[in-house]
Amino acid sequence: MAIQLSLRVAAVATLVATPLGIAVGWILARRDFWGKSLLDALIHLPLVLPPVVTGYLLLLTLGRRGLVGAWLADHLGIVFAFRWTGAALACGIMAFPLLVRPIRLSIEAVDRRLEQAAGTLGAAPWQVFSTITLPLALPGVLAGMVLGFAKAIGEFGATITFVSNIPGETQTISSAVYSLIQTPDGDTAALRLVVVSIIIALAALIASEWFARRALQRLHGN
Amino acid sequence: MLRVDISKQLGDFHIEARFESAGRVTGLFGASGAGKTSLINMIAGLLRPDRGFIAIDGETLDDTTANLHVPAHRRRIGYVFQDARLFPHLDVRHNLDYGRRMNRLADDPIQRAHVTELLDIARLLDRRPGQLSGGERQRVALGRALLLKPRLLLLDEPLGSLDDERKVEILPYLIRLRDEASVPMVYVSHDAGEMRQLATDIVMLSRGRVTASGGVEALPGSLGSMVSARG
Repeated sequence: MAIQLSLRVAAVATLVATPLGIAVGWILARRDFWGKSLLDALIHLPLVLPPVVTGYLLLLTLGRRGLVGAWLADHLGIVFAFRWTGAALACGIMAFPLLVRPIRLSIEAVDRRLEQAAGTLGAAPWQVFSTITLPLALPGVLAGMVLGFAKAIGEFGATITFVSNIPGETQTISSAVYSLIQTPDGDTAALRLVVVSIIIALAALIASEWFARRALQRLHGN
Repeated sequence: MLRVDISKQLGDFHIEARFESAGRVTGLFGASGAGKTSLINMIAGLLRPDRGFIAIDGETLDDTTANLHVPAHRRRIGYVFQDARLFPHLDVRHNLDYGRRMNRLADDPIQRAHVTELLDIARLLDRRPGQLSGGERQRVALGRALLLKPRLLLLDEPLGSLDDERKVEILPYLIRLRDEASVPMVYVSHDAGEMRQLATDIVMLSRGRVTASGGVEALPGSLGSMVSARG
């Protein structure tokens, strides 16, 4: 149950965060504006803040009595607190800096002269992005997704603070292991989850390596 | 008819250029660092002049007094870069087709067949740019720009990155292209020999300024230029 939930939480967090990560990565790579370093710092904040602090801040803002949370619940019927969607949100925020970084770097690495060439061939800026920049940055996007997914699946502090540890709703692998090792006879069950975690992590790493190699081959045009 | 009258400050370098040309191939001639590439980047719309205007066949593309600047992607000006700049993730076929797709032009198999035949690239269509030689790459880049159906073709030292043997390989294609007279060209080079073979009109550029313009006799070493130098 915890395994399935963890996979779902991490998958949703990654899939929702990826388009946003691409947009932010592109802005950081290609635009200069006032407050750019502030945006950069804000995105990286969850990486350096204690996860419990991030989780508590989420609880304060998006909890049922939080400023944003109350409004969302009353007007749109959206509740994050103590739901698996809240876990996905917490994981998404914690994973975001790890997701954005490789995307940003790979967009920075795309040769701008190719983008110029596309422009002279009639491609509007959004077409340049979708036909040149994004395909060429694909290895970085995949790397970011894998890193983000790995972070999301292992996230503990922010998740447990924001949505607690409810079996079947918000109890992910991490919080299940945490509960089990505090229970007298939980060792075997905990170890089983540990093995599963290792398998998932290895599979993700191998898959990402494979994707990255294929993407690189495509790029070098061989 | 191409009309250019612009000025642009780039760091310490100042370009102040004015010329008109109705030739089939306008040779933009000058030493490296004379501002040739900056000038055609402005014609292409990749660089915006500080002051002045650029017009092709009566259509104004840049006019700083009217705050007019048509962006590169709406100019329909083909550009062959010195370093080809083929898209590495697309095969030759899709590189060639890129301009047509972006401009939503109808498929034109006759033109496509004609261009691939003219440039002798039919057998390269399924390859990736990484599998092409320098000369092949440059021919594909030329084909890609032609299939855009441009109103003007800019060639920035397209032979510059090739050794002499490869230059001899490409030059005949360019001459064929000129003699078909389907699209006017601006040809940038610092090689007087190339210019003499290809250009119909010459614009000489030195340190950001036009120092001479006219027929190929304006080239250094020509009889005409010696006469004018004496006179």
